[in-house]
Amino acid sequence: MTVVHGPRPTAVPTRRLLPRTLALLAVLLASVVLAVGLGSVFIPPGEVLGALWRGLLSLGSSAELSGNDVIVWQIRLPRVVMGLVVGACLSVCGGAFQGVFRSPLADPYLLGVASGGALGATVGIVAGWPRSSIPLSALAFALAAVGTTLALSREGRRFPPTRLILAGVVVGSVLSAFTTFLILRGEDRARQVLAYTLGDLGFSGWRDVVTVLPYAVVGCGVLMALARALDTLQLGDLTARSLGVPVERLRLLVVVAASAATAAAVAYVGIIGFVGLVVPHLVRLVWGAGHRVLLPISALAGAALLVLADLLSRTTILSQVGVVTTLLGGPFFLWLLARGRSD
Amino acid sequence: MRAGSFAAVQDVSATFPAGIFTAVIGPNGAGKSTLLRALLGLSPPERGEVRLLGRRLQDWPRSERAQTLAYLAQGEGLPDSVRVRDVVALGRGAGAWRWGLIPTRRWTDDDETAVTDALTRTDTLRFEHRRVSELSGGERQRVSLARALASQPTFLLLDEPTNHLDLAYALDVVHYVRCEVAGGLGVVAVLHDLNLAARADALLLLHQGRVLAAGSPEEVLTPALLHTAYGIHAQVIRHEGRLVVLPQDGGAGV
Repeated sequence: MTVVHGPRPTAVPTRRLLPRTLALLAVLLASVVLAVGLGSVFIPPGEVLGALWRGLLSLGSSAELSGNDVIVWQIRLPRVVMGLVVGACLSVCGGAFQGVFRSPLADPYLLGVASGGALGATVGIVAGWPRSSIPLSALAFALAAVGTTLALSREGRRFPPTRLILAGVVVGSVLSAFTTFLILRGEDRARQVLAYTLGDLGFSGWRDVVTVLPYAVVGCGVLMALARALDTLQLGDLTARSLGVPVERLRLLVVVAASAATAAAVAYVGIIGFVGLVVPHLVRLVWGAGHRVLLPISALAGAALLVLADLLSRTTILSQVGVVTTLLGGPFFLWLLARGRSD
Repeated sequence: MRAGSFAAVQDVSATFPAGIFTAVIGPNGAGKSTLLRALLGLSPPERGEVRLLGRRLQDWPRSERAQTLAYLAQGEGLPDSVRVRDVVALGRGAGAWRWGLIPTRRWTDDDETAVTDALTRTDTLRFEHRRVSELSGGERQRVSLARALASQPTFLLLDEPTNHLDLAYALDVVHYVRCEVAGGLGVVAVLHDLNLAARADALLLLHQGRVLAAGSPEEVLTPALLHTAYGIHAQVIRHEGRLVVLPQDGGAGV
């Protein structure tokens, strides 16, 4: 008897998924090398890979980095790694939100989670709280925001997609207004905060990456563990229940896990819109809709997309990654609406 | 033969044995869907109780109940871009969850066989690799039926399984359900169409939340009972061994 580890693989044969996944990994690696190499000092790809390798070897030792290795490891890489982590987080959370509310338009940005997180982070920064406590403040506000959105949009046991998005946009706007107010009052720290409400990876250092990583890993890990339950939920609440899935518990857990990951990301890089909306949709087109494939692949694709978007923002006049993703994602959102998939 | 029955007691008191196809009929608002949800344990009755195989429904562990009792919701939504075989496999996962959320069982050859079996019995195997979005309404409903059968349940509850289906597809669904009943499955189906309901083994006629009549189609589909429940004048004739309900024009208020 063949025993497949864990739940059943999908009906799409692995041999058809593998080349696509390898291609995606290649794109991911290429985008990292490119993003590390491009900047005021150009570092050719070969040298980037060499620097990465030397840095990894010297992690355990006290050997000093020199020359381009310093630029790679201390200036460019933290920003790129932060882009990878945040891109992966937002995409996994977007995919999970879309699945749990069965709404193609759900994502951390449109549900107000991101705005809540940004307000929480701004409150923390303006109040001068220690940097490591910022994600917690962001998380608390993000949960309050998504809770409000859900309460406003709920119709019995259902969360109709259009109501969900309308409520999310209203909650997000109100919270953003508070954030703006705090920025205008907060004078000396204002410039830092203002940059980041538009989404910016430029402030990221290794310490920030290390602080965000646990939230990202735990949040996304929980969501991926729930993939099979999310698949079952696609059959409808009643059917999922009849199959033994406690729907309310699933919704709560997904919202908390996704909010935690989003809030931590937002706390350090600000609001980066539409990544969580666009990436899972593109992945679904190529890899199918099963969450066990969708969520991990979305993580890879989102990571690559955000690193490339950040590269575009650094090297063009667009200047902030949030501006780039919104300019790319806005038309995509309209296309989704036009396809009449909002219901 | 599996010996089992479950009953909804209080305003409605009824027994649904295994190996029997029971159709629940009655006008809109008679409480048909509510009864079905109570039987499923989704909305427990305020008073009274539901017993499944002699054990109170709320005493069943969620996982065992999910494996014993399958449910096909009215207009069950199938995810468009998922392949037929994957949808049916979701039904096979019934009940095997840790905290209700994380699959506990490993997927074995037995599971794969059960999925193939459910696909075969509903004649959906030949398009198992197609996406749901490519299927017709009748094909989708058979996929849903296969999904419900994949857990190899003892009882199957169907809420208006023929709604919005063309007549040929509706007859199809009833045909496949009948085949399962012959194999020992206990079926309770809410049906709107009285002529489809006439193909069931037993009927339960609800009216204003109470049982107006229960028994064989001959006992329940009488002009007098139909007039009380639906307010119509109808003729019931026997054609090729089956009852046919013919509503007359000019019935009360129609």
